[in-house]
Amino acid sequence: MTTITATDLRPVERDAEGFFVYPEQWTETMAPEIALENGLGALTDRHWQVIRFMRTTYLETGAAPSIRTLGKTSGVPVKELYQLFPKGPAKLAAKIAGIPKPRGCI
Amino acid sequence: MRPRVVIIGAGTAGTLTANRLDRVYGDSAEIIVIDRDDRHLYQPGLLFVPFGLAKPDKLVRSRRAQLRAAVEFHEAEVEHVDTCHDEVQLAGGEVIGYDLLVLATGASLLPGETEGLTGPGWNERIFTFYTLEGATALRSALRSFDQGRLVVNMVDLPVKCPVAPLEFCCLADWHFRQRGVRDRVRIEYVTPLDGAFTKATCNRELSSLLTAKGIIVTTEFNTGQVDGAAGRLVSWDDREVPFDLLVTIPLHGGSEIVARSPGLGDDLGFVQVDPGTLQARGTPNVFAIGDATNVPASKAGSVAHFEGDTLVRNIQRFLEDREVEASFDGHTNCFIETGFHKALLIDFNYEIEPVPGLFPDPHVGPLRLLRESRLNHLGKLAFEWMYWHVVLPGRSVPGISAQMQLAGKRLDAITTERSTP
Repeated sequence: MTTITATDLRPVERDAEGFFVYPEQWTETMAPEIALENGLGALTDRHWQVIRFMRTTYLETGAAPSIRTLGKTSGVPVKELYQLFPKGPAKLAAKIAGIPKPRGCI
Repeated sequence: MRPRVVIIGAGTAGTLTANRLDRVYGDSAEIIVIDRDDRHLYQPGLLFVPFGLAKPDKLVRSRRAQLRAAVEFHEAEVEHVDTCHDEVQLAGGEVIGYDLLVLATGASLLPGETEGLTGPGWNERIFTFYTLEGATALRSALRSFDQGRLVVNMVDLPVKCPVAPLEFCCLADWHFRQRGVRDRVRIEYVTPLDGAFTKATCNRELSSLLTAKGIIVTTEFNTGQVDGAAGRLVSWDDREVPFDLLVTIPLHGGSEIVARSPGLGDDLGFVQVDPGTLQARGTPNVFAIGDATNVPASKAGSVAHFEGDTLVRNIQRFLEDREVEASFDGHTNCFIETGFHKALLIDFNYEIEPVPGLFPDPHVGPLRLLRESRLNHLGKLAFEWMYWHVVLPGRSVPGISAQMQLAGKRLDAITTERSTP
């Protein structure tokens, strides 16, 4: 994993899976680099729509939205979410948006 | 004046809440319970129906009969709740006012939300054991199934009793071995999770258990479509899993009543509550309990039982104008039936994942946590009696506290799961 440096030059802390420990350390300029680390190409407007939605929801509710919530309320249908963020859209988008891993409700 | 507490739902959570409140208040509060019918289903029994290990008609009893005599039971459909006027609107036009409302409305199954699931093959080669009708129909289908691919698919979380699909796989393995056809039946568990279970230490135990039984586990599979005619599951990222017989655990959502009542539910219809106090967000005289809530704990009877302790004390506090307490810790306790007269037991909460150890007594057990044993299986069987005679009447189970106990748990066994991004 590459070391992303925050604007105040503190190294960003991420957990073993690559999720931000402190979401406030995230800035928009970091997103393309995290996307690259995870095998994604350039981020499109549609990617950004999801990333911003994830982040806003997290900051408002304290929890990362699930894929079902994303499909219902982000304005991007589930099929497209899988095209934008292959395999696990909610997890991958959370990683790029600098928020903790969406919790499975077990 | 006597406060009036209205409880919507007379399942596990609503019933135990009503009985506990009645015991605390007696004549000094009016307790009204509303449900649409008088059939209380012992849901833990559903798992056993497909294998002929439980009789469907033995799992249902009268809801009214489980409530203490002074509790008023209304058999009626609720239209919606008006939290601005503290009123429950019934379908026939009748209105019931409340001082305090408890939503014990449970979770509902939404098979129709997955494309194709209720289309061709539904109840012919596609079944769910999460309803009494489904479990009963599956029993006939399993009896005549002697070769091919049996796929068990959890479409998404949250679901009621998230270990039940794993138990089903184990019992299916046992069932086909007893019939001498196990070598001709492929059993595959297909899950959207990245392992058999989300909690790391438990996942390791359960994964090796499933592997030892020859059960194939396919992970990170998010079902987008079910093609019953061709017999295949299709994921959102276009992977396919073929099946001859599909046992589905469909999407779950909250109750329609919550969805029709503005301001109470999240986007899946679960009541938004504080996970420690069970008080609804923004509506102080509304609480929720059991499967109806959005708390990040299992949707399981044990959770409702432990929540009951917090809920009743907070109802008292609220009615006495005192601060509510965040005393619910997410405590969950589940028996996991693994076949061959054995079971596992897990005990965990919001913070501490299931680990090995002894339960309920930290020194003598006698039940072992996270290990298969015959005694755990007997515990699971004994639980049915406990359910009707201890849990529903709202009594405490001797030796088992509402808050999870650390004593007897081997926390050193927690595995930190590492994965490369």
